[in-house]
Amino acid sequence: MIQLLAFYLFAALVIASGAFTILARNPVHSVLWLILAFFNAAGLMVIVGAEFIAMLLVIVYVGAVAVLFLFVVMMLDIDFAELRAGFMKNFPLGIAIAAVLLAELVLGIGAYRAGALELGTPDGTAAPTLGESNIENIGALLYGKYLFLFETAGIILLVAMVGAIVLTHRERKDTRPQNIARQIARNPKEATVNTRPEVGEGIKL
Amino acid sequence: MIGIEHYVVVSSILFVLGVLGIFLNRKNIIVILMAIELILLAVNLNLVAFSAFLGDLTGQIFAMFVLTVAAGEAAIGLAILVIYFRGRGTIAVDDVNRMKG
Repeated sequence: MIQLLAFYLFAALVIASGAFTILARNPVHSVLWLILAFFNAAGLMVIVGAEFIAMLLVIVYVGAVAVLFLFVVMMLDIDFAELRAGFMKNFPLGIAIAAVLLAELVLGIGAYRAGALELGTPDGTAAPTLGESNIENIGALLYGKYLFLFETAGIILLVAMVGAIVLTHRERKDTRPQNIARQIARNPKEATVNTRPEVGEGIKL
Repeated sequence: MIGIEHYVVVSSILFVLGVLGIFLNRKNIIVILMAIELILLAVNLNLVAFSAFLGDLTGQIFAMFVLTVAAGEAAIGLAILVIYFRGRGTIAVDDVNRMKG
């Protein structure tokens, strides 16, 4: 009973916040609705017993991606009213395409329920072991059968990080950054000079 | 009781909302990126639901990879957006014709 209640709560909230994400006038509000959608999707995943992915969703999406969006939205000085100009013009086409897509998906679900599709049964190689937690099961699978895919995911993240840094980094002409090579090349003998100036004459640097 | 159909319905509605978002906010690339995130969220929800109801963890592993790609895509997309804004002072998608494609 409580599970049913929680499911409907989370499902309603995820759909509502998804709708507000695309309808909000202010992109900052869009990001905040997106965060709510992620939280509720995580709740839906917890109900079904996938705690690890749910926590990952909260950490990665809410903690990193949504904050990145928020940061970019707030950093750029954009006239959002101008960008919204075509909203009403695109509305009928968008609704029509969405309706067609939804009809297709409903048809797909209907076909699935009718039992006409042979989905195939899992071969049991990736079945969760009873008595172990979701995280233990996923860890065993991730560091075993899917180790190379896991490494590939790491490489993709590395490439994304390097790419983002290379794209947004810029050399500024008006600043005076430290010259590290020159700094390292200095040694105490060259850097300091002992002089014995005459009284009242001073020294020449 | 909650069945797989409930999850499929929720995730397909979320997917359609994401596609609708791309069409409605055709000029605002930030909201388009957010709509893509919604689509990927719907896909993840579907993968996890099927994984749980079929008793096969591969779906959850795959959802993790989708998450990875989504994070990378958001980072790269926003980086491109930032350098584009720096050069042009606007992010209107209609004006993007620098590569004459």
